[in-house]
Amino acid sequence: MNLWRDIKGTLQPFWITLGYLFKKPVTIQYPEEKRTPPPRYRARIVLTRNPDGSERCVACQLCSAACPVNCISMQAAEDADGRRYAAWFRINFSRCIFCGLCTEACPTMAIQTTPDYEICNRDVLKLVHEKDDLLVDGCGKDTEYNFYEHSGIGVVNGRGGNEDEYGPVDPKSLMP
Amino acid sequence: MNDLLISLVLILVKLGLILGVVLTMAAYLVLAERKILGRMQLRYGPNRIGPGGMLQPLCDVIKLLTKEDFVPGRADKWIFLFAPGLTALAALLSFAVVPFSPPLALFGREIPMVVCDLNIGLLYIFGLSSLAVYGVVLGGWASNSKYSLLGAMRGLAQLVSYELALGLALVPVVMSAKSFSLNAIVMAQADWPNLLRHPLAFIIFMISITAESKRTPFDMPEAENEIVAGYHTEYSGMRFGLFFVGEYINLVVIGAMTTVFFLGGWHGPFLPPVVWFILKVLFVAFLFIWARGSMPRPRYDQLMHFGWKVLIPLALLNVVVSGAISLAMNS
Amino acid sequence: MTTALFYILGIILLAATLMCITRRNPVHAVIYLVAGFFALALMFYLLGAPLVAAWEVIVYAGAIMVLFLFIIMMLGLAPQEVPEGPGWQRWLPLALLSASLMACTLLLILEDPAAGQKVGGFYLAPQALGEALFGRYAMAVEMVSFQLLFATIGAYLLGRPLPKGEDQ
Repeated sequence: MNLWRDIKGTLQPFWITLGYLFKKPVTIQYPEEKRTPPPRYRARIVLTRNPDGSERCVACQLCSAACPVNCISMQAAEDADGRRYAAWFRINFSRCIFCGLCTEACPTMAIQTTPDYEICNRDVLKLVHEKDDLLVDGCGKDTEYNFYEHSGIGVVNGRGGNEDEYGPVDPKSLMP
Repeated sequence: MNDLLISLVLILVKLGLILGVVLTMAAYLVLAERKILGRMQLRYGPNRIGPGGMLQPLCDVIKLLTKEDFVPGRADKWIFLFAPGLTALAALLSFAVVPFSPPLALFGREIPMVVCDLNIGLLYIFGLSSLAVYGVVLGGWASNSKYSLLGAMRGLAQLVSYELALGLALVPVVMSAKSFSLNAIVMAQADWPNLLRHPLAFIIFMISITAESKRTPFDMPEAENEIVAGYHTEYSGMRFGLFFVGEYINLVVIGAMTTVFFLGGWHGPFLPPVVWFILKVLFVAFLFIWARGSMPRPRYDQLMHFGWKVLIPLALLNVVVSGAISLAMNS
Repeated sequence: MTTALFYILGIILLAATLMCITRRNPVHAVIYLVAGFFALALMFYLLGAPLVAAWEVIVYAGAIMVLFLFIIMMLGLAPQEVPEGPGWQRWLPLALLSASLMACTLLLILEDPAAGQKVGGFYLAPQALGEALFGRYAMAVEMVSFQLLFATIGAYLLGRPLPKGEDQ
């Protein structure tokens, strides 16, 4: 009957909420209890190093171009051996939306996201991280990869000397 | 003259006591509501300030007092400024006739534990609750905003229509006590609370007092997901706070009213009467908070339909039936 | 004392009603009228009829004036422009009226600390009123209530939805 359904529908929620009243809340009490985010969590952005300890970043500007909020800026520079690096590198975390597009754009796996989510600050200028703040010791997610061992202009090995590389092609010859 | 002075001082002391207790209760009901609702939704509710959040009401008051007291540009300024006070005042004044304990013998005098035992106490409460509408209506109208106006009109129609059902639900109570005085109504429930004697009246009373106090299943006047905040959309600072506090004082008042009319007032075994009274008030307040955690808001026309076509006929029938029964029992 | 109070209340009532009928803004008029109803309720109380005083407040101030406000608000009768001049000047009469009402209430309480029983040598208990209404004047009450019933049915007939295909 309709009336019976109405009465039941009125009383049932009371029973359910009373049950919930005595359950343990699911809230995580943040400053005291902290959640461990998964390793691939996208929070604070860092610049990682090669396995041999040198900087990975080659200042190709791809991350800066990929960034939807334009929070990454840098100045490229070159060593005597033609090895590129960033003269300065700046990420404005007050603008960053932690989308992770920069890490996908990076060809050298230099720029990476970390699970460190506690980067709030009352002073907005402290959220602008310079290269010193960004650069970490360690390889981050990939411990093997070194861009110049696979590609690039002979910095580690000579030109075309990397193991998965051909040597330079002679354009004047027709031989393959 | 001396006698008059003593009774005046007594009245003032009782007033101060009641004001203090009611305001503290109202402040902590806000906290209790937030915490209980939180637990019902598997959250903790406020627990940062003081042990277990016990100082939260204080901080809320400080926050409200330090906010800007804003008056919209084309508002009717003076009505806008006075309206919140009306709501809080009407709620506070209702407590004057509520008896919270049997008369106390002190220094050889019999002191009635009620500020003023009017012989028309029930009508006094009715009068005040019908005046409380003015705070809502004038506040909503004076804000000169469409949401406020809509909320005010909803509140007005809802309060006027549910007051009828409320009054009719209380007729059997008055019949069995043979008096409008709240003290006499409590006295008449010495052996049986009215809850058992008039269960249907109790249900009608609870539903209509929820609508009358604009509490959640029937909070259309401030339905926050339809009309922003209803009649107090434009209010800020402590004037909003007055509306808010008035609402929670009202919760204490309706707890006291339900206790006096249906739960037997201060009657109860073992514990002192005042404790029984406060316990019953808190229990009723919990019922209202519980309902807020459990019930969705009906549509506005459903509310009016229910009030006029279901509750009022039912209440009239209840009056006739319980009148007939009490006549048959007497003869 | 009570005679003086009676005349003071009469003056307040007249003044409030006069203010009510001279207001441009209907909402302001309603506020003055409500003040007048309070004076009237106090007068009934003074005459020894607390029940009638309570009904005056509940029915007239609490229900009928509220319905007036509802109609005013629903039809948008209140003017939207803000009048010139400082607000306190416009509301001074109301403040004076309310203050004198308060003073009268206080005087009434001080006159008789036992909540105004037997003021004016006559006191109408709620029970006596009920017995008079439903005993001596039962016929008249029933006739009035039937008239109200007819009015309700008439209003329903006027307001019912027209059957389909039928014009005014």
